[in-house]
Amino acid sequence: MTTTGHSSIWFFIGILLTVYGAMIFCYGLYELATGHLANVVLANLHASVWWGGGMLILGLFYGIRFRPGRNG
Amino acid sequence: MYEIVPTGGMSIPQIDAHSLLALATSPLARLGALDIAVIVIYFAMVIWIGFYLKGQANTSEEFFMAGREMTAWIAGLSFVSANLGSLELMGWAGSAYQYGILAAHWYWIGAIPAMLFLGMVMMPFYYVCKTHSVPGYLKLRYGQGASVVSAISFAFMTVLMSGVNMFAMAEVMKVVLGWDLNFSIIVSSLAVAAYVALGGLRSAIFNEVLQFMLIWGGALLVPIIGMVETGGWSGFKARLAQNIASGATAQGDYTHMWRSMGHFTDNPMGIHWTGIVFGLGFAISFGYWTTDFLVVQRVLAAHNLRAARMAPVIGSFFKMAVPFIVILPGLLGLVVLQNPNGTLMHLVPQNLATEGSGLHSYNEVLPLMMVRYMAPGLLGLGITALIAGFMSGMAGNVSAFSAVWTYDIYQPLIKKNASDEHLVTIGRWATILGVVVSIGTAYMVMSAAGIMDYVQALFSFFISPLLGVVLVGMFWRRATKAGGFWGLLLGTLTSVGLWAWVKADPHALRYVALSPDAKDMAENMYRALWSVIVAMGVNFGVSLATEPKPAAELEGLVYGATKIPEEEPVPIYKNEWFWTAVAIVMFCALNVYFW
Repeated sequence: MTTTGHSSIWFFIGILLTVYGAMIFCYGLYELATGHLANVVLANLHASVWWGGGMLILGLFYGIRFRPGRNG
Repeated sequence: MYEIVPTGGMSIPQIDAHSLLALATSPLARLGALDIAVIVIYFAMVIWIGFYLKGQANTSEEFFMAGREMTAWIAGLSFVSANLGSLELMGWAGSAYQYGILAAHWYWIGAIPAMLFLGMVMMPFYYVCKTHSVPGYLKLRYGQGASVVSAISFAFMTVLMSGVNMFAMAEVMKVVLGWDLNFSIIVSSLAVAAYVALGGLRSAIFNEVLQFMLIWGGALLVPIIGMVETGGWSGFKARLAQNIASGATAQGDYTHMWRSMGHFTDNPMGIHWTGIVFGLGFAISFGYWTTDFLVVQRVLAAHNLRAARMAPVIGSFFKMAVPFIVILPGLLGLVVLQNPNGTLMHLVPQNLATEGSGLHSYNEVLPLMMVRYMAPGLLGLGITALIAGFMSGMAGNVSAFSAVWTYDIYQPLIKKNASDEHLVTIGRWATILGVVVSIGTAYMVMSAAGIMDYVQALFSFFISPLLGVVLVGMFWRRATKAGGFWGLLLGTLTSVGLWAWVKADPHALRYVALSPDAKDMAENMYRALWSVIVAMGVNFGVSLATEPKPAAELEGLVYGATKIPEEEPVPIYKNEWFWTAVAIVMFCALNVYFW
């Protein structure tokens, strides 16, 4: 929803997902690069990379698609 | 031991916060800097949204009803999110570990039919009469008496429940993270007070949608990795069967929902299918999802009737999916959780998980699963999901309290000619008052845990009788003011009486639930059912003996006396009836698949 002249909730969600996604994705890349895996089960799946990356892409989509000033 | 019933009697997992506290010597999870950053950013975001929306909450319609501008998606997600508290997440995951997939009944038959009924059948009446609240509908239909009884009971119990949840959540945070109780209570309640008082219902709804996304983002990873570890659903069932055969897991049918419902003794919950279908599926579920203003308020904020009808339908799809982030992790915990020495971990009831025992309780299954799979950052996201769940529930409580207090108590009883601006001011103060009373309740419960039992039972007393009165009033023109008032009163007294009877003499459960084999959970269902029956029966009887309202006064309130506005034709993929049919098919398919 975009209330007239104001930012949509989807924009806020986009911002938050982008920030979280970037943080988690970067941590995942750090793990990949250094080989220092967190002490969790199935750490070799590198969930931080694909989950964080997914959040980042979704966040960017929402942030851009529903940015202020654009109808949506 | 007390029961968490944070959603008007919808959820009944047991979390004994005081027993949990006894375990709090070493937290389950240790957060790193990245996790803390995730949590801090979340708090900054919700406060930012509150300030951002402050300028859009200037009139009462904007403050209490979000300007009635919400799309179906936003109203629908908010509708589900207001109910998706973190205690439900943890409690039902624990119930799934304990009872198996039976716990999913609370998400499927205990929600979906009622949500669809609200959207397709009841919403037009709520929406067309332009009521601001459910007590407001009662006032239009039955007059001031029933409305005031309903408004006062709702307002009072809403803030008390909010406090009970606040306390329980603070204790959960202490156990999971080692956080100080006062810190959790004060920080979370200040954040909720700030963004609801600033931005009103719009801010609450925006944050609920945000929290909904976070809950999914934070919790969905657990079942995904869990299913990878077990080799999918069939792999999980094979491992579970192996554990049961070897005696490592207690005997029981953990993966079927209806097969063991033929008799009270056939399932660990001690429930019969009639209790599930009529008690949970009708009396409790319909009472909560169609008459509890906490959730109905979200749908009333929709921008037109079609959106108001679509919102619960959209919500129903997400509600159907919630078991995948709640029930499934609980089930997976049965086969994947291990002790440090590699043996299968056995979670236990909370009274056994005492300090020094080294044991974990059922209710810790979700945090344990998070700790098992989630690396830094992701763990912070999971914990944020729990905090977000708590805050969305609390925001729902205080925003609903604020509206009911202002419109249904303050305006009719204290200041009839209040200006619109004055009502907004009262609403902001009511929000803060609601939070303050909640905090007071939290500390009261901290000093006397027994109060919690009573507060939670009290809330459940009002919901089912209210359903009986609203349904009769909405679908029977002959229902009268006296019928509504006495139906509500005697229905409530029935509920209170049955509760007190079983409390005083636990053997009375055999009469309430119609079986000597019934267990505690059955009591809630049958008590709700009896109170609906009494409320409806009294309403019918008294109405027939008293003077009905003139037909002209029923316009917009009653089936048969209301012209539902014609809606523009839309493509089938935007049609609410189409999506209702899809939801019904999916609901049936899930029940058949897990029969």
